[in-house]
Amino acid sequence: MGEIWEGLVAGFWLVVTLDSDLVEITLRSLQVTVSATVIASVIALPFGAWLAIRRFRHRRATIAVLNALMGLPPVVVGLVVYLLLSRAGPFGVLGLLFTPTAMIIAQVIIITPLIASIAHQSIRDIWAEYHDLLISFSTTRKQRIATLLWDGRRALLTAALAGFGRAIGEVGAIMIVGGNIDHATRVLTTAIALETGKGDFALALGLGFVLIGLSVAVNMIIHAVSRTESEGKW
Amino acid sequence: MIRALIVCIFTVWGGIASAEQLKLAVTTSFHNSGLSDVLLPAIQEDTGIEVQLLVVGTGQAIRLGEAGDVDAILVHSRPAEDAFVAGGYGTHRREIMYNDFVIVGPQGDPALVADAATAADALRLIADVSAPFVSRGDDSGTHKKELALWDAAEVSRGGDWYRPVGAGMGAALNTASGMNAYILSDRASWLSFGNQGALALLFSGDPVLFNQYAYIPVNVDRHPHVKSALASDLEDWLTSPRAARLINDYSINGEALFTFNADQGS
Repeated sequence: MGEIWEGLVAGFWLVVTLDSDLVEITLRSLQVTVSATVIASVIALPFGAWLAIRRFRHRRATIAVLNALMGLPPVVVGLVVYLLLSRAGPFGVLGLLFTPTAMIIAQVIIITPLIASIAHQSIRDIWAEYHDLLISFSTTRKQRIATLLWDGRRALLTAALAGFGRAIGEVGAIMIVGGNIDHATRVLTTAIALETGKGDFALALGLGFVLIGLSVAVNMIIHAVSRTESEGKW
Repeated sequence: MIRALIVCIFTVWGGIASAEQLKLAVTTSFHNSGLSDVLLPAIQEDTGIEVQLLVVGTGQAIRLGEAGDVDAILVHSRPAEDAFVAGGYGTHRREIMYNDFVIVGPQGDPALVADAATAADALRLIADVSAPFVSRGDDSGTHKKELALWDAAEVSRGGDWYRPVGAGMGAALNTASGMNAYILSDRASWLSFGNQGALALLFSGDPVLFNQYAYIPVNVDRHPHVKSALASDLEDWLTSPRAARLINDYSINGEALFTFNADQGS
């Protein structure tokens, strides 16, 4: 119990004194995860919508695989990305290993199925409602996807935030591909793992509380900016 | 709000690219001791090189060097180092400093290792009473040393009491602290470890526990992208009188952790 309290105090002091290392790794956490979430959303949202309206032969199998991929083990993703980006691997010449870019790539792979799967679920419901209308207007497939994405934007925001949540708290993959290098690829989760390894639980826990606070803050800002959950607006 | 966020993100992004960076794979024991926090700023100040540390076990450090993902390695396992250089992955091996391994265990010392004559005897005593023993189990330099000691002790270690955790020095010490188990640690990691709990340093001083750290630049003939000039500058610094002073003077609670022993002649 004493250690949890010490962690709270440590976290509080790190925040109020605006510790320069803390600010740096927090911004890097945001940089990596926000980039990954944006890229993954750009891929996953249209894909989820496409999957909802398109009927094709192996659709059921594709959806089953997509849902299964939501549970993709980050460590395995990290290892595969590591082997691909290593100097000895196929993309070694790019020199991307142990850079924030490598961490973004790993996180995109981890959260794209999650976002696509949730997006597909919610768009399928809207599609059931809009089906007759959109067909009667004889819209093209592109127009249908655009309409569904726009009218389903609140649910899709939730999908993107779920992806953000998974990515910001992830440590297994980014530890492997990022290497937890101080001032280069250290983010909140890998710093927590490092401080735990040093037996400095108070600092580790303090960083943990900062991470949770950051996640809450990002969600609240997104809701405030997009005016969801406010009265009189859908 | 969004614009402010975006500006923030791009500021960080821009801050990442900078000139003289060198990637150095080091062992967890070197980094957890806190010595790197003293050396890195001094290196940057004297040579302008920003050393990026990849903190891994010796086994993984050597893999990183073989793949050319780092520019140099600083590790502590002689047979693995010699194989690395012999395989043409590293140019040469340069000894930098040493510390020693110690056996840490519960303060009550149920296996009485404090009275053991040699390190192998100490392990034999632990095996005799089947006292819990945490092994790194991660192919690191410390793990290799531990396995060599078990071989010297000539006892089987198959029982429930022997727990390989497959983790770095700090994580393994956390596990030992939680289980009140015996563990082989390097002295620096043990002294700087923050969660000692009911554990105490019980056995040290056997010459076989000597722990030599060596620096090996990755071979530029094999990996042309390696920054060999910077690696060479770093080697010169690590063997310089200033490095010697910083390494020898680094202490925790008044106890020196490392002893500089680089040959400054070559």
